[in-house]
Amino acid sequence: MIPLSWYLVFSAALFAIGLFGVLARKNAVAILIGIELMLNSVNINLVAFWRYIAPDGISGQAFAVIVFAVAAAEVAVGLALIISIYRRRGTIAAEEIDMLKF
Amino acid sequence: MSTELLIWLLPLPPLLAFFFVILFTNRSKALSHTLAVGAALLSWLGSMIVFIRAIQQPHFGEHPFEMSIPWFPTGETAFQIGILIDPLSAVTLFFVAWTVLMIFIYSVGYNNFGQPKGDHDLPGLPPHGATLTDEHGHSHKVPSIEPMYARFFAFIGLFAFGMYTLVISNNLLTLFVGWEIMGLCSYLLIGFWYAKPSARAAMIKAFITTRVGDVFMLIGIAYLYSQTGTLSYREIFYNEEVLHTLATTSSGLLGLSAAAMIGILLFIGTIGKSAQWPLHVWLPDAMEGPTPVSAMIHAAAMVSAGVYMVIRAYPLLSAGYEHGHLTQPMMLMAFIGAFTALFSATIAVAQNDIKRVLAYSTISQLGYMIAALGIGGFVAAAFHLITHAFFKALLFLGSGSVIHGMEHGVLHTGEHIDPQDMYNMGGLRKKMPVTFWTFLIGGLALSGFPLVTAGFWSKDEILADAWGHGHIAVFIVLALAALLTAFYTMRQITLTFLGKPRTEAAKHAQETKWTMTLPLVILAVFAVSAGWVGIPKEFPLIGGSIPNWFHDFVGGTLLEHPEAVTFSYIPLLTSLVVALGGLYLGWVVYRKVSAGAKDPLQAPLGSVYTLLKNKYYFDELYDKVFVQPAYWLSETFAYLFIDRKIIDGILHWVAYVSSIIGTFLRNYIDKPIINGSGDFVGEGTKRLGRGMRFIQSGKVQQYMIVALVSLAAFSVLFYYLLSTTP
Repeated sequence: MIPLSWYLVFSAALFAIGLFGVLARKNAVAILIGIELMLNSVNINLVAFWRYIAPDGISGQAFAVIVFAVAAAEVAVGLALIISIYRRRGTIAAEEIDMLKF
Repeated sequence: MSTELLIWLLPLPPLLAFFFVILFTNRSKALSHTLAVGAALLSWLGSMIVFIRAIQQPHFGEHPFEMSIPWFPTGETAFQIGILIDPLSAVTLFFVAWTVLMIFIYSVGYNNFGQPKGDHDLPGLPPHGATLTDEHGHSHKVPSIEPMYARFFAFIGLFAFGMYTLVISNNLLTLFVGWEIMGLCSYLLIGFWYAKPSARAAMIKAFITTRVGDVFMLIGIAYLYSQTGTLSYREIFYNEEVLHTLATTSSGLLGLSAAAMIGILLFIGTIGKSAQWPLHVWLPDAMEGPTPVSAMIHAAAMVSAGVYMVIRAYPLLSAGYEHGHLTQPMMLMAFIGAFTALFSATIAVAQNDIKRVLAYSTISQLGYMIAALGIGGFVAAAFHLITHAFFKALLFLGSGSVIHGMEHGVLHTGEHIDPQDMYNMGGLRKKMPVTFWTFLIGGLALSGFPLVTAGFWSKDEILADAWGHGHIAVFIVLALAALLTAFYTMRQITLTFLGKPRTEAAKHAQETKWTMTLPLVILAVFAVSAGWVGIPKEFPLIGGSIPNWFHDFVGGTLLEHPEAVTFSYIPLLTSLVVALGGLYLGWVVYRKVSAGAKDPLQAPLGSVYTLLKNKYYFDELYDKVFVQPAYWLSETFAYLFIDRKIIDGILHWVAYVSSIIGTFLRNYIDKPIINGSGDFVGEGTKRLGRGMRFIQSGKVQQYMIVALVSLAAFSVLFYYLLSTTP
């Protein structure tokens, strides 16, 4: 059986890739994708810990399901925001969307 | 109506007239004088009823009309106010009512009622005359109506109220109230023509001089109240126990008894009010007022009030008096009275203003009364007070009539002369017969012309008292004063009425209207007849044919009825000689004064004449001793030294020191520390903000990096902290 640490390393790698995507990509949609990656790496963590440490309970799976739901909702809101921004400003480049400072 | 109630109401009509005239009717001259004269008439009527009821009362001295009510409480006792008509106040009421009414009627004429308005008359100045044009086209000047006609009647109404209040009062407190009301009114009326600087000065002088006496009198009243707990006449002056206690208590000052101390203090009030030496200076200056006012002040009311008060207080003044041994207040009164009588009689000799002669003669006659009281002549003083009130009111009103006639002449001829200077008159007897005859009667009464005039009987009684009680010095001084009185009276009559006119104005003088001559005639009747009630029983030939009613009646005011002095020929002959001699001398010296001539006495008397003319330089002396130091005190000392130097100096010093402290605090505390720290906080925040500005780029990814870096940093920190702590 594959040891737990492999899963954890994989999850960490995935999180790092997602984080890089969030920090480095210009496209707002790509940033959203990065966020999805980070969320899913967490899901892998959760499921892996459940399977290896507490397989009797159901809480690991339940967490994962809730994270899915939240991620889906978040994407929906995020995309809606991005579309709205695009319509108003004609761009979805994260650098140009600097209205937070006002 | 009960007599007591009637007495309460006596002072009321003039007061009401005062308020009505001041508040409502002051625009209507006729209505104003109708109200005032009507009020005087009402009071006169009431007074006559009271007087008649009083003289019908048997043993009136023991059972006078009296009534009192508590006014306001003072601790355990209360000030009582009330009314009292006893023999003394009854006779006083009699002459006050008559003279006041006469003066009111006279004022209508004196203030030129019925004459046109003046061409250039201003309120505050005497009327200057109006120009009339008759049907032939001739224009001539006639007297004009007084511009402040209603105001005059309001003031004399208030004056009459004060006098009535004083007379009917049964205690020293309301007496003092009436006394002060008259003080105010004399101030207002002496300065009636307030636009004249001399009138303003005279009003202030009169007010302040009488005030000096009043303060002492008030102290005396307060002292009396503290000693006895009452101010009622009957409880003090008609009560042997109280008088005895007061006479035996020591005041602790100069070895005087309480009675003597109070008596002297009260008497100083009289010195001020009745213009005795040394407070006599205000009275001649009071001649600045209109002539009815002079009559009011000098005859009917104010100066009489002073004498009335000491006559009233006589039991107190004489407490401890035994025959031949006067009490201290009596000695003081005898001295001041006799001295004043002679002193002002000498001044009167050298005065040329017709009213000023009368003013000094008033002072002299008041001195007579005071001296009479000082030697124990209670009845004689009261008698002279009454006869003097009549003939002096007559003389003043007569002189006003003369001045009026002269003013008419002055307006007619356009001469610029003083209508009050006797040297501008002469020969007026033909122009103004009524005034002449009444003035002659008044003058003869004043000089004590034997037998027919009132002045003779009262003056004779005073001289008889002085002789009978053995006060030879007083007797001689008073006899001399009487001689001078007769002399200057005849001088006045001769210069004014006899001889030939000395000016054009005197040639064109005119008899005054009936409103002015009627009071003269009525007062002339009293100037003769008022003496008949007090003819001594032992008088040769006519004595006893008329009972000496006055002595019995007024003597009843006292607990111990005073004995009439035994008759002696010496005072009688003296008074005959001085009166007739003085009159003859006056006529001889002055009968041939021609126009523009100097006073015949000027050359023989020389510097003495100048001294008399200048009234012994008392005005100048007081100016040097009191007025100038007062000015110096207020100007140099109080204003320049105390106020400007010391008080302002302290203030300036305080301001200077405060300014130094303030500058120091500002430069070393406020600016660097308070402002500095404030600025530092503000600037620091600004700089910090400017420095941190770049962090807030608005870019999500940068924020994210910052968050990550911080997270990492904190993680390291916490890791380090957690790992090191056990």
